[in-house]
Amino acid sequence: MAEEQKDDEILGKAYDSKLMRRLLKYVQPYKKYVLLAISLNILVAALGPLRPYLGKIAFDDYIAAKNYHGLLLIAGALLGSLIFQAIVQYFLTYYTELMGQKIIFDLRVQIFSHIQKLALKYFDKTPIGRTVTRVTNDVDALNDMFSSGIVAVFSDVFVIIWIFIFMFSMSWDLALVTLSVIPFLFYATFLFRKKVREAYRDVRFHLARLNTYMQEHVTGMNIVQIFAKEKSELKKFSSINWNHRTANVKSVFYYAVFFPFVEFLSSITVALIIWYGGGKVIQEHLTIGILFAFLQYTEMFWRPVRDLSEKYNILQTAMASSERIFKLLDNKTFINDPEVPVQPENVKGAIEFNNVWFAYNPGEHVLKNVSFKINPGETVAIVGATGAGKTSLINILTRFYDIEKGSITLDGTDIREIRKHELRKYISLVLQDVFLFSGTIKSNISLGSDKITGDQIVEAAKTVGAHRFISQLPNGYDEEVKEKGATLSVGQKQLISFARALAYNPQILILDEATSSIDTESEQLIQNAIEKLLVGRTSIVIAHRLSTIQNADKILVMHKGELKESGTHQELLIKKGIYYRLYQLQYKDQEIVKTV
Amino acid sequence: MFGHLAHLKKYFVRYKKKLSLGVLFILLSNLCTVYIPLLIKDSINSLTSNFSFPLLVNHALLIVGTTLVAGVFSFLIRQTIIVVSREIEFDLRKDFWEHIQKLPLRFFQNNSTGNIMSHATNDINSVRSFVGPAVMYSIDNGVLFFMIIPIMISLSPLLTLYALLPLPFLSILIYLVMKKVHVRYTRIQEKFSDLTTSAQENFSGIRVIKSYVREEYEIDQFTKESDEYLKRKMHLVKLQAMFQPIFFMLAGLSSIIVILFGGNMVMDGKLSVGTIFAFVFYLSLLIWPMISFGFVANIIQQADASMKRLLKIFNEPYEVSDNGETDSAVQSLEGTIEFKNVTFRYSENFPVVLDNISFKIEKGKTVAFIGYTGVGKTSLIDLIPRLYDVTSGEVLIDGINVKNIPLDVLRTNVGLVPQETFLFSDTLTNNILYGTENGLQETVEKVSDIAQLSKDVKDFPNGYETILGERGITLSGGQKQRSTLARALAIDPKILILDDSFSAVDTHTEEEILKRLKEFMAKRTSIIISHRISTVKDSDKIFVLDKGKIAELGTHEELVALGGIYADLHYRQLLEEELSEMS
Repeated sequence: MAEEQKDDEILGKAYDSKLMRRLLKYVQPYKKYVLLAISLNILVAALGPLRPYLGKIAFDDYIAAKNYHGLLLIAGALLGSLIFQAIVQYFLTYYTELMGQKIIFDLRVQIFSHIQKLALKYFDKTPIGRTVTRVTNDVDALNDMFSSGIVAVFSDVFVIIWIFIFMFSMSWDLALVTLSVIPFLFYATFLFRKKVREAYRDVRFHLARLNTYMQEHVTGMNIVQIFAKEKSELKKFSSINWNHRTANVKSVFYYAVFFPFVEFLSSITVALIIWYGGGKVIQEHLTIGILFAFLQYTEMFWRPVRDLSEKYNILQTAMASSERIFKLLDNKTFINDPEVPVQPENVKGAIEFNNVWFAYNPGEHVLKNVSFKINPGETVAIVGATGAGKTSLINILTRFYDIEKGSITLDGTDIREIRKHELRKYISLVLQDVFLFSGTIKSNISLGSDKITGDQIVEAAKTVGAHRFISQLPNGYDEEVKEKGATLSVGQKQLISFARALAYNPQILILDEATSSIDTESEQLIQNAIEKLLVGRTSIVIAHRLSTIQNADKILVMHKGELKESGTHQELLIKKGIYYRLYQLQYKDQEIVKTV
Repeated sequence: MFGHLAHLKKYFVRYKKKLSLGVLFILLSNLCTVYIPLLIKDSINSLTSNFSFPLLVNHALLIVGTTLVAGVFSFLIRQTIIVVSREIEFDLRKDFWEHIQKLPLRFFQNNSTGNIMSHATNDINSVRSFVGPAVMYSIDNGVLFFMIIPIMISLSPLLTLYALLPLPFLSILIYLVMKKVHVRYTRIQEKFSDLTTSAQENFSGIRVIKSYVREEYEIDQFTKESDEYLKRKMHLVKLQAMFQPIFFMLAGLSSIIVILFGGNMVMDGKLSVGTIFAFVFYLSLLIWPMISFGFVANIIQQADASMKRLLKIFNEPYEVSDNGETDSAVQSLEGTIEFKNVTFRYSENFPVVLDNISFKIEKGKTVAFIGYTGVGKTSLIDLIPRLYDVTSGEVLIDGINVKNIPLDVLRTNVGLVPQETFLFSDTLTNNILYGTENGLQETVEKVSDIAQLSKDVKDFPNGYETILGERGITLSGGQKQRSTLARALAIDPKILILDDSFSAVDTHTEEEILKRLKEFMAKRTSIIISHRISTVKDSDKIFVLDKGKIAELGTHEELVALGGIYADLHYRQLLEEELSEMS
């Protein structure tokens, strides 16, 4: 738990080559897009630097020669290149974005599928909200990197290469003079990155402290208020908040120095062009058009540097998110299927527990040496106090968890030798808290299975007595279930879950009866439904209803993780043991209600 | 449209000096920036007419010098405006926290911690982006725009007119695109929320999905949702991808116009070549304001939405606070508690929890409240330190209505041990002394003895200085309960309230604690809530709550003899004890 919690505090390193390599694997299927994007980039990258060159021609060949027609031609060429660039740019953006979205899509589906495979142990330990964030926000945070990030880097590089080519072809010595500033730029960038990384680490540290403080104190706000500590907590908060502010102000300083410094360097190149290039023009070694082109190139050249901080942010966000995502993908809490599965045929539903030991946490056994046998078609009621191990029995029978020692067999085959999906096909589980999905009543009964026909759904609903209220709904079986069935009564929801279990027509039915009390009318409906449900199949019921217990073929009495007594209602009452006391505690009142 | 951001005015006013300086620096910095193209113009012109090398050197140096000055001012802009944005962020977050602390328990029950956290982090952050970058860029770009245009006109009104010709078309185009973008963006947001909902639903219902083997189906459904999300996103991208080309078209088009028309004018001898250079430079300076316009508009929109959410919290009423009725003369309490016709419900549409209840507890007595789960025991005691206020009737301490007692006096005199144990991730000592002003080590040891914590502490790695929670050791449920008891005792309360505080403590330890408590609480008022008969049986008076009313009242013996709810609970507990002793 403790480790999981820190997950959300991962703010990410700026760059992690291991993560990056793993992320790039997701680009693999879209090599074509990448190739297309790169080739379009090379093309588009040339068009930008081409225009200053055309400008040079305009100045030197036409304006100087007073060639009106030629100038018009050049203007036409410029316009053509501009339009062409705009179109290519549009498709480039579109396709890189499409690639990014497709990668995001793949990753999202992969994460979701992975989560579907995770064992319940994972869900027990992880708050749902956190898992949801992984498939939603965290994945989305990678979008910028895949769509704009990667391609933008290529495009910057190509633009710079083209600028070099044009510059050197026009005047290699002016090019060298102009570019002499670059080493300073590199050094400044290097220093800046180092400083900013330090400052960022500092900001991150204080941000994490701020978040931890807030998280903790929002959770424990009642304690703050009960002890009237608002003033002193505000003081503490302010000091943490202040440190966070100071760390940020410090990082502002580096940005405040860096950007003007880059401007300053860029102005030096302009000055160099004017001084050196201008001198050469006077000596008639160079033309004014070349100066024009060089001045424009300077402008283009510095743009990627200015975008540096933005790219840095994109990378950082992506790293933090991907670290969390990969951590989830690396979580292999699975219940494994056998390598050579047994395919059960003609399942009858005989269940046997042989000396079963089970623990959720190593060393804390919740089931100790439990053995019993259920014949096909029998109904067995499990009773016991809270924590006696009743729910654990059904959790291991469905292989939500695996047992530690002993064995559970279905028609004589160990359930671990059957694929778990196969096993679960024979079992319908009805939980205490009915879970309804958004969708229609129909889809909540069939759970989207195309093997269950509309008739079967209605049939199941009729059998459990749900048909009457369903057909009275405005849209009948197509009525939308809103907000987890908030508009339905507790009893109605239970009937739907019964219909669901019945529609799947399982060999084995497991029912965890709801403890919550409902009105007598629905109670009668539900009792009838349960009776119908249990007919003709092996049934295991964690019973809270006296009627269910009395109708059972056998009662298993669980106590502190052990099976202590078993027999029929009357037999067990006579024993005056655990069941007798449980009866007094939990079931006797129902008898009184009945007689009333 | 962005009305919510107007509420930031008081923060801006607070830093008006620094902000005005910032604006001044923006003016000065831009003044330098717009001077540079003029220098370039003169340099170039010197190349076509008088061929003066010294002028070139002079201008080259001037360009570097001017940029340096501009750079210093631009540094100062960030040091003022952006720093102010951090100051305002600090103030806003502080105000937020101060406000949150005063909100009633109800607020924290209705809003998840994650939700509150996202206001304190994301929303405040996006408001800060408005205060800092958005304000800086808007002013900077506005100033630049209004400085450049007049210069261009002064150089050549006709060329300025031509060069800026594409501008209105661009504005209209952007406006049209933006309008559509908004619609498509909303559709994406909707799908994203669907996606979140279905993931949420799937993970909550994972047991059902697994037991009915519906994983493949669910993956299919989710894949479809994701695909729809992708499609909607690409629908937006189709438009969004136009932005950059449009901007570059504008910039490029203007430059072409300048070269073509400007070139013609040069050939006609109406314009100098240098002016064309200057125009091209000015245009490249102007393109940034245009591009950043969309960016800034986006920040503002987000900040406004965030501010709206923040204001919703800032407008949450305190419900429980000192007011004009508060009698500041009350500085200490004795401990006689009286409920007079108290009725309580959590809110208007909720059922009545306490129904016209009246009783009195004399100071120095120990009383207990017992009853089935959900009968309102906790609600009843929450009314004493005013975690909630009564719906009608009054709660009196020493004959004074609790609403008239200063809140901190009331709460420092009432030691409440809530049902849910919460300890801070801090040392045990600091946790125990949490409610005290200047706690002593003696106090820690004394209350730990009473709470039967001392024997456990011996086994902790650093004794009382051991850090609890994630970064330290994890306490057992019983240890936690005893620590929270010690914490309540440390404030030396006149009234001690234990809300089911021994549920995880074994009966033997419980007995020991109760014995010691009796001594400690001799002159104080104690209220005990419990499910266990053993905890309450020695109380002076036992109240049995049922259906919002006091159903039974008396001592243990009297109530057992009565044969009602208490007797039933007593009987059940005997059975449970028997059961738990069986093996």
